[in-house]
Amino acid sequence: MAAELHVELVAADRSVWSGEATLVVARTTSGDIGVMPGHQPLLGVLESGPVMIRTSDGGTVVAAVHGGFVSFADNKLSLLAEIAELSDEIDVKRAERALERAKSDADASAERRADVRLRAVATR
Amino acid sequence: MGAQLRVYKRRIKSVTATKKITKAMEMIAASRVVKAQRKVAASTPYATELTRAVTAVGTGSNTNHPLTTEPETATRSAVLLLTSDRGLAGAFNSNAIKAAERLTARLEAEGKEVDIYIVGRRGVAHYNFRERKIAEQWTGFTDEPSYADAKKVAGPLIEAIEKDSAEGGVDELHIVYTEFISMMTQSAIDGRLLPLSLEEVAEESKSKGEILPLYDFEPSAEDVLDALLPRYVESRIYNALLQSAASKHAATRRAMKSATDNAGDLINSLSRLANAARQAEITQEISEIVGGTAALADATAGSDK
Repeated sequence: MAAELHVELVAADRSVWSGEATLVVARTTSGDIGVMPGHQPLLGVLESGPVMIRTSDGGTVVAAVHGGFVSFADNKLSLLAEIAELSDEIDVKRAERALERAKSDADASAERRADVRLRAVATR
Repeated sequence: MGAQLRVYKRRIKSVTATKKITKAMEMIAASRVVKAQRKVAASTPYATELTRAVTAVGTGSNTNHPLTTEPETATRSAVLLLTSDRGLAGAFNSNAIKAAERLTARLEAEGKEVDIYIVGRRGVAHYNFRERKIAEQWTGFTDEPSYADAKKVAGPLIEAIEKDSAEGGVDELHIVYTEFISMMTQSAIDGRLLPLSLEEVAEESKSKGEILPLYDFEPSAEDVLDALLPRYVESRIYNALLQSAASKHAATRRAMKSATDNAGDLINSLSRLANAARQAEITQEISEIVGGTAALADATAGSDK
């Protein structure tokens, strides 16, 4: 069996997802980073964007995170985000509506949030 | 029905109505405590992970940051006081306010100027009534604080601490809130939030006996610390808000329970008085009737002769 790492995806007010994975891809401020089991200890700042987790049973979990951190040590990876949503929790229609509204209001941060949600759903 | 008995009956009715209300409030508060406790528990993983990360940067690099550097001489401090929007919670708010007053007095004795920041309408009212200056105030979310609320509170505070104290900034930040120890015990405590002492944070997480590895920082230790520390402060404030909310509900529950008990006692003693009044009335009526018939009998006996 392939090596595994333990992933904890936690938002400020709840634990979103946790389980075993073989690969985690997240976007830090200096670019996309992929973490596999046995990676060297790492602490990075996350950009808003989708995070892809390849679970050990072959499935893929995609989550939209809005800012936060990734830390990896002892084969344990923690993704900390103020807001994190799994892609199947995201209401596409609502996100699309939010995106349009944000565009018309010229609300840059709301637009980015909606955009991240939609991208997370698209990569699912 | 006699006048006295009617008065008693009326009071019993009003106390019974009050008892129903306090009983309902007690039950609502009890369910809210559980909900608030669950929220505290849900926010714990984030706080723990964040503490670990802060410790990792603190021990793994020698970066200096305005949020961690101890100023040589602190001249201005900020005190963040967490109270609730609504009362009916026993001594909950007055305890928190008293703790803040004590802390303010102590800081002023050390020669520091104190700016006060308040969350909750009760605390704001207390300071406004005494016409004391409030640097900033927030109300409307103390029953169920969200993370966004904590961010709203933390923003101006972090800004103030990053500013120079000569330009109206502050050198240190203290927080006063009510710690939720158990359903029966909550106590108002104060603590210094900033500047953050990395050693203390490290001690907190070291108690679990783990050795932190040497981390690779992405993009750099300074940037990570820059992003990490405000989040850490926010999460501490969020935790304090949640504990304060849980404590408030627990205090309300206890206050309402004793109000319900008191109403029950009052109803008991009032019904005893009412019973005595009714009995006295009946006795009086009987003796009046007996007296009346006796007088009548005497009168007829006299006329017969």
